[in-house]
Amino acid sequence: MANDQSNSANPNVNLKYRRKKNAEEMKHQVITFTLMIFFTLLAFLAVAYDGFSHWFIVPFILLLAAVQVAFQLYYFMHMKHRGHNTIALFMYSGALVGAITILTFITITWI
Amino acid sequence: MHAEEKFTDATWPASPETATLEGKNKFLGFWLFLGGETVLFASLFATYLALKDKVPDSSHKLAKDIFELPLTFVATMLLLTSSLTSVYAMYHMKNNHFQKMQAWLLITVLLGAAFLGLEVYEFNHYVHEFKHTFTSSAFGSAFYTLVGFHGAHVAVGLAWILTLMLRNAKRGLNLYNAPKFYVASLYWHFIDVVWVFIFTVVYLMGMVG
Repeated sequence: MANDQSNSANPNVNLKYRRKKNAEEMKHQVITFTLMIFFTLLAFLAVAYDGFSHWFIVPFILLLAAVQVAFQLYYFMHMKHRGHNTIALFMYSGALVGAITILTFITITWI
Repeated sequence: MHAEEKFTDATWPASPETATLEGKNKFLGFWLFLGGETVLFASLFATYLALKDKVPDSSHKLAKDIFELPLTFVATMLLLTSSLTSVYAMYHMKNNHFQKMQAWLLITVLLGAAFLGLEVYEFNHYVHEFKHTFTSSAFGSAFYTLVGFHGAHVAVGLAWILTLMLRNAKRGLNLYNAPKFYVASLYWHFIDVVWVFIFTVVYLMGMVG
């Protein structure tokens, strides 16, 4: 990872390639962002519109949230890049414990 | 390759945040912290879901009475956009463009501050308009703890990024501070991850009833 830049004899040729690669990735990030805004709009519209049933809206907006979070983690936070396996373990462990906690609190507690 | 070494655009590493051992350790350690934060916020969400609309009597307002779509929408757009601007900042960090990185970080901070301002207005509105306070009901306590914890994270994130920007303003980019900027941007994205669930679970699901 550290020496990715030294795979060419001429660092300037390599620099041009890296700049291009970075610019390309930035383009993907902007596309990701556009999709995230679109999903957010969908979620707000689903709630603003009167015609939908509660049973449709809740799973629908939860699904949109899950997709958005995956975009954030994998694109904006680069989890899709190599060298993120241990990190995925941390996050999935956290998410698993979190999911069990939420499941417990909304099913077997009574207040 | 040592932390204070001077680099040209050509010799600047492709992944400056993990080019040193310290950077690698920060990166790993910070993600472990984010795994822990996930559990923290999940337990606050769990508490909120269990206590949502649990009020002592009918004089208290419920979620569907107090939340408003436009305010939540504007706050969401501000925070989502600030996530993209911090991606731009890291893009320039990887290209060794210090000034451009600082400029995008400043935009990120301004958007984050606007979000925080809206939240202060919102809380103030709930307290005075609806008598919905931290101690008025279990619903109120759970709501302010969850959303307030997120707001506190935003405030810490703003202070963190601003401190890094000021502290390194004259120093420029090197392998000593690149991991610091990178980790702060990860934190900022994580704040956005939590907000996605807050606007969905608390506000949108609250308005649906």
